[in-house]
Amino acid sequence: MVTFILNNTTVSTDKPSGSTLLDFIRTEMGLKGTKAGCREGDCGACTVLLGTLEGNKMIYKNIVACLTPIGNIHRCHIVTIEGINGENLTIVQKAVVENAATQCGFCTPGFVMSLTSDCLSENKSDSDTLINAVSGNICRCTGYKSIERAASEIAAAMREKDQKDPVRWLVSQNSLPGYFLTIPERLMNIPEKDFSTAGGRLVAGGTDLYVREADALAEKEIASLYRKEELTKTELKENSLTIGTSLTINELKQSEIISESYPGIISSLESVASEPVRNMATIGGNIVNASPIADFTIILLALNADVTISSHETERTIALKNLYKGYKKLDLKENEYLRSVRINIEPSLFSFEKISKRKHLDIASVNSAMTIITNGKFIEQCTISAGGVSPVPLTLVMTSAFLTGKTLCPDLIVSAVTVMEEEISPISDIRGSAGYKRLLLRQLLFAHFIKLFPDVIKLEDLI
Amino acid sequence: MNNMESANHVRGRSVYLDDIPVLHNTLYGAVLGSKAAHAKITGVHLEDAMAVKGVERIFTSADIPGQNEIGGIIADEPLFASDETHYYGQPIALVVARDELTARRAAGLIKIISEPLEIITDPRIAREREEFLIPPRTFRLGEIEEAWDQCEYIFEGSVDSGAQEHLYIETQGAYAYPADNGGIKIHSSTQGPTAVQRITAQVLGMTMNQIEVDVARLGGGFGGKEDQATGFAVMTALAAYHLHRPVKLVLPRHDDIRMTGKRHPYSSDFRIGLSKDYRIIAFKATMYQNGGASADLSPAIMERTLFHSTNAYFIPNTEVTVYSCRTNLPPNTAFRGFGAPQGIFVIESAIALAAYKLNIPARLIQKTNLLKEKDLFQYGQVASGSNIKECFNEASEKFQLNNKEKEINDFNASSPNARRGMAVMPVCFGISFTNTTMNQARALVHIYQDGSIGISTGAIEMGQGVNTKLAQIAAAVFSVNINRVKLETTNTSRVANTSPTAASSGTDLNGNALIIACNALSARLKKVASAITGCNAEDISFHNEIIFKESTPTELTWQELIKEAFLKRVSLSEIGHYTTPKIFFDKTSEKGNPFAYHVYGTAIITVTVDCIRGTYDIDEVLIVHDFGNSLNPVIDKGQIEGGVLQGLGWSTMEEIVFNSEGRLLSDTLSTYKVPDIYSAPSRLECIPLETTGPELAVMKSKAVGEPPFMYGIGAYFAIQNAIKAFNPGYTPDFNLPMTPEKVLRNLYSK
Repeated sequence: MVTFILNNTTVSTDKPSGSTLLDFIRTEMGLKGTKAGCREGDCGACTVLLGTLEGNKMIYKNIVACLTPIGNIHRCHIVTIEGINGENLTIVQKAVVENAATQCGFCTPGFVMSLTSDCLSENKSDSDTLINAVSGNICRCTGYKSIERAASEIAAAMREKDQKDPVRWLVSQNSLPGYFLTIPERLMNIPEKDFSTAGGRLVAGGTDLYVREADALAEKEIASLYRKEELTKTELKENSLTIGTSLTINELKQSEIISESYPGIISSLESVASEPVRNMATIGGNIVNASPIADFTIILLALNADVTISSHETERTIALKNLYKGYKKLDLKENEYLRSVRINIEPSLFSFEKISKRKHLDIASVNSAMTIITNGKFIEQCTISAGGVSPVPLTLVMTSAFLTGKTLCPDLIVSAVTVMEEEISPISDIRGSAGYKRLLLRQLLFAHFIKLFPDVIKLEDLI
Repeated sequence: MNNMESANHVRGRSVYLDDIPVLHNTLYGAVLGSKAAHAKITGVHLEDAMAVKGVERIFTSADIPGQNEIGGIIADEPLFASDETHYYGQPIALVVARDELTARRAAGLIKIISEPLEIITDPRIAREREEFLIPPRTFRLGEIEEAWDQCEYIFEGSVDSGAQEHLYIETQGAYAYPADNGGIKIHSSTQGPTAVQRITAQVLGMTMNQIEVDVARLGGGFGGKEDQATGFAVMTALAAYHLHRPVKLVLPRHDDIRMTGKRHPYSSDFRIGLSKDYRIIAFKATMYQNGGASADLSPAIMERTLFHSTNAYFIPNTEVTVYSCRTNLPPNTAFRGFGAPQGIFVIESAIALAAYKLNIPARLIQKTNLLKEKDLFQYGQVASGSNIKECFNEASEKFQLNNKEKEINDFNASSPNARRGMAVMPVCFGISFTNTTMNQARALVHIYQDGSIGISTGAIEMGQGVNTKLAQIAAAVFSVNINRVKLETTNTSRVANTSPTAASSGTDLNGNALIIACNALSARLKKVASAITGCNAEDISFHNEIIFKESTPTELTWQELIKEAFLKRVSLSEIGHYTTPKIFFDKTSEKGNPFAYHVYGTAIITVTVDCIRGTYDIDEVLIVHDFGNSLNPVIDKGQIEGGVLQGLGWSTMEEIVFNSEGRLLSDTLSTYKVPDIYSAPSRLECIPLETTGPELAVMKSKAVGEPPFMYGIGAYFAIQNAIKAFNPGYTPDFNLPMTPEKVLRNLYSK
């Protein structure tokens, strides 16, 4: 039995925990404002808010209902477009209307919910954060300029926002129904329940699994690892950072340790998926998906990460790069799951590059990350990883070794390309031809060095 | 004025097909598509699927009481494939079950046994095999073969443009149920309710009056629901007919994207000849339209390609031939621009190639050849109200084209890792259905006793704001508050024999019919008012809900007048019928006067290419556009912005890929990318050209839906120019879309 609050109603359901929130909202509850557009988290028409209790306070984020199993939302507040409607239009709704930011209207509830999520967050809700909030919403009619104008108008209204208690502030502005203030207490009355031991398929954020297997899981129970407390912790011991695998990409973004040590990681995450997917997708999910192009895995490989794998009986730690045994094949037994990832915090420079057809919310043709420690021009340590150029997410072991211990100069980078060519084996597919991927990885290698060492490495000297 | 539906949109209260409250006992459908692009069907095994609990029935071609035929223009398209399949995804059966999931699962258990046949996906191969949907057509002007001798420069090349998925966010769907007169009522997400009605009647062996089709609104259409909504609606009707129960079918995205046709890919060869002073003397092109497995709207689309094959230029000697080629792809179909973008890309490519070879900016050739008043189009129409030069010049001046060029050169000289490029994109687009018959519409207006007004027309609201514009028209004619006006659903029982809402003509045709109806009502009401106020009807006028007599307000209000009229037994209902005057086209001579008027405009597009990574940003799209006297500048601006971004998407990132087996590889939203908010140009401005507007545009407000799409094509050439600035070894090629892969390869080609 999953219990949660849907808008202003506490709902308990014995629907299978693997069925999607989208079907529950539309079919079971008859709330038709939330639309089904693609069922792969790529259009945002089904965007709703996920409210979770943090202490006695609510944190709201936008998520896509199509990829959310209801087993992931026990003791949460789910808000659909119907749940924000009041007598008057909210600030967001008004801005969308007045800026003609809706045409056919089918994507509109999703946009409104995403914009609302940013207003409800502790962000300052300027144009940038509001646009980031709709990074997972596709509109085929407007061309987005009117949506940008609406975002500017919302941003202007949000200058007054009380960032410490946005819910109360929005209620006071008649821009959110008053019932929101009752939610924390009502959620506290719902008993906690551990869904991870329920048996059935292990599911974390669901953002990958539900793209392919929503129908197969719709009538099944799942074992949810999403928001499982012991898997969402980060811990710094000396220079070793342990990251729980159920931490979402966006939760990781909040990590102060990472912001301080590897600010490049934080900015890289903007090119990973979209805001709602980043609110759902977990570190562990990205790793076990075993996609040869998984963005966060590529980042972790360059950081020489280890993973700790648990089962009921045992626990073992291996280098992440040794987890991958072949295309979508993992060194992971049936009863095992990823518990945590560990990286060393070192004084290295970091770079991540990702190229896809669309710059945001797209899967890379090729991606690559690099960590490097130099003394003057001397390369003391260097690890480069690359995705999309092999059956597995790849650490470029030979290229990294070739560069380590040498003096940085354009000729060195050009020579490194020859080494790199030997250890990659891209194939032609929908994300690009093999030849393109080879060329692209060379360019990304150049990009790492041009970006980190602009005085030493210049494009014109490399080509 | 904003779209009058927007307040409901933002509250999630607007009802789309899948939101209609379902009736008790409703069943749900799932379509089984062919897994072979071209094959002989030797066995269809339904047993395993039928055995699934909850499956009610499975329909195939054997269950069709009338004709297994849904082709709109040519009868060459079965509802369900029976003996052979002609494209991957072609419907073979409809499974109907108690819920969608059951239907989908059961569909997966149907076994089709088939023998493979030769698969053709390339229109040039189809041309060799003489696989045509209709015979080729040629438009000619002047004496092309003699003209080459007059040319100082002659260039030849090839051009390819790719398909484009509509990606309306609301997928195809329909909901049908038995009506109590023995007929069927269908709710359909269609741009063409009459087509749904006509074809359903044909398939069920019924008459059209037994089929009622109702459309509230679409969650996007863009041409994709002009013809292709029909088959799915017919399937639900067929199931409802047999089962006597309501049946709903909403395509899952992946079925939609695999089963439906797209914008036609074209492959073309051209030859262009210019004089020493860059006048285009001759242009010859042969274009191979990839039509897919059946005609659908391909013949009409081919025709528009021909009409627009010289874009906004006067070329005294032209000969353009289009072959509409049958291939084993889903039947390609209407998509904003309707063949014009493909034709325009060819002539613009020819100009770009000439400019490259002559080492001059393309805009010099463009400007030299812009259409003048009274120039002859190759299809015999004389240019009238031609504003293309004004648009081009005003864009150049207001957006400081010369400064821009200097800025770009300065940027390029000082940026080691990036290059900017610019292109100018003039556009000329003819308004009217090129099939003259279709240029007719009717509007039914009821004024209710309380003074409120209900309007039914053939126009479908799909985001383009036609309902709002129609409400504005009625409110303007009656001079009443627009809140009095309601647009009813589009319904074949209320307004019959409608043309699809397409060709940018929805507001023109239905709006003009509406004006006729409102004027007739107005005349009757003025008579009533004159009797009350004691004057001639000619002296009565309406101003802001007040009845004026000889230009002075009376005590009489709109509401009182309506009440009086009702009491006096005056009809408060009227149907207006409109046909566009003066248009005709003779397909034998390929000459005539097919368009009511043309829409003109010019865009300046600038881009920045990242020369390390091969990615690009669209920096600016700056437009001067001829709206005429815009009825609704807010809505028209939205059409410009939305059209531009779709055009940019087609030209840059939207890449449809089929493998040689005819299977779509870009069949999900994670593999087919349309522009997101970060893909929008940083700056998109549109200055309206000051014009009064043509008489044949409704209230002199020009149609706006399709023309802005073509501005986006400029991005292709702007990116080319940026690549050229980085790689002197680059020879321009013309193969749209310009994806990051192509950009990177071109940056480093030798």
